[in-house]
Amino acid sequence: MSIEESALAAIADVPGVQGALLVAVEDGLVVAEMVREGFKSAAAAALSASLWGRMRRAALAGGQRPPRFLQLEAEHGAVLVVPVDEVVLAVAVTTERTHRGVLRLRLLDLGGKGAE
Amino acid sequence: MKRSIEPWVAGPLDRFVAESGARVVLLMTSAGQVVAQHGFTRALDVMSAAALGAGIMASTSELGQVIGGERFGALVHQGTELGVYLSPLPMPDGQWIGLVVFGRDTSIGLVQLFFGQLVSALADAAPVRETRPVLAENFEADLDASLRALFGD
Repeated sequence: MSIEESALAAIADVPGVQGALLVAVEDGLVVAEMVREGFKSAAAAALSASLWGRMRRAALAGGQRPPRFLQLEAEHGAVLVVPVDEVVLAVAVTTERTHRGVLRLRLLDLGGKGAE
Repeated sequence: MKRSIEPWVAGPLDRFVAESGARVVLLMTSAGQVVAQHGFTRALDVMSAAALGAGIMASTSELGQVIGGERFGALVHQGTELGVYLSPLPMPDGQWIGLVVFGRDTSIGLVQLFFGQLVSALADAAPVRETRPVLAENFEADLDASLRALFGD
């Protein structure tokens, strides 16, 4: 199993996760993915990267440091985003039944590994 | 500046521009005849871009045949400040081509995503009609009429 696959497996193994993606920050394209059937990876990647970019600009414009974690709650689930490094984001899309705490820790762990 | 020769193209094109953040959009037939444009200000520019875009698509299609018979999809050229996305656009009456210029305020991922939606929206909105030959007898008159529609008098 490649480094990318093992990283994604740690996220995708959390119950309720519909898709785990590594996404190019600048392009919004999928770098690697581990998703359930029918999951729209390209759309999730493009929109997550766009959202992350806007949040980052908003934080910097407000005099803050770049965000380390983004969690967008929706009616039937959530989108969680963590920067792995300067060029790649880790994205998880979940149902409402997912244990957010475990998922958040695994994502942040992935982000920490990227920064090392 | 946004103009279209076919009125039913305007709605889907408006939505695509708004959602994708594209700066310039050109929709043309595979022969290079302009159907709609957004962002161009001079007729000369739009006609040149249409000819070049159609030429690139024809070249890559031919290249695909040469190297194994595979038909290529979209082509992306990413520059420092601007990117160009050139893609076939299947329509009920034949293939069109979409040329999109985008800046760093959006991404190729978003452009691709919303271009796919534009393709579906155009296919749904297209009226059913007989196809006309690309080079009709009154080609020059058609061209003049198209330019007037795209840029006004």
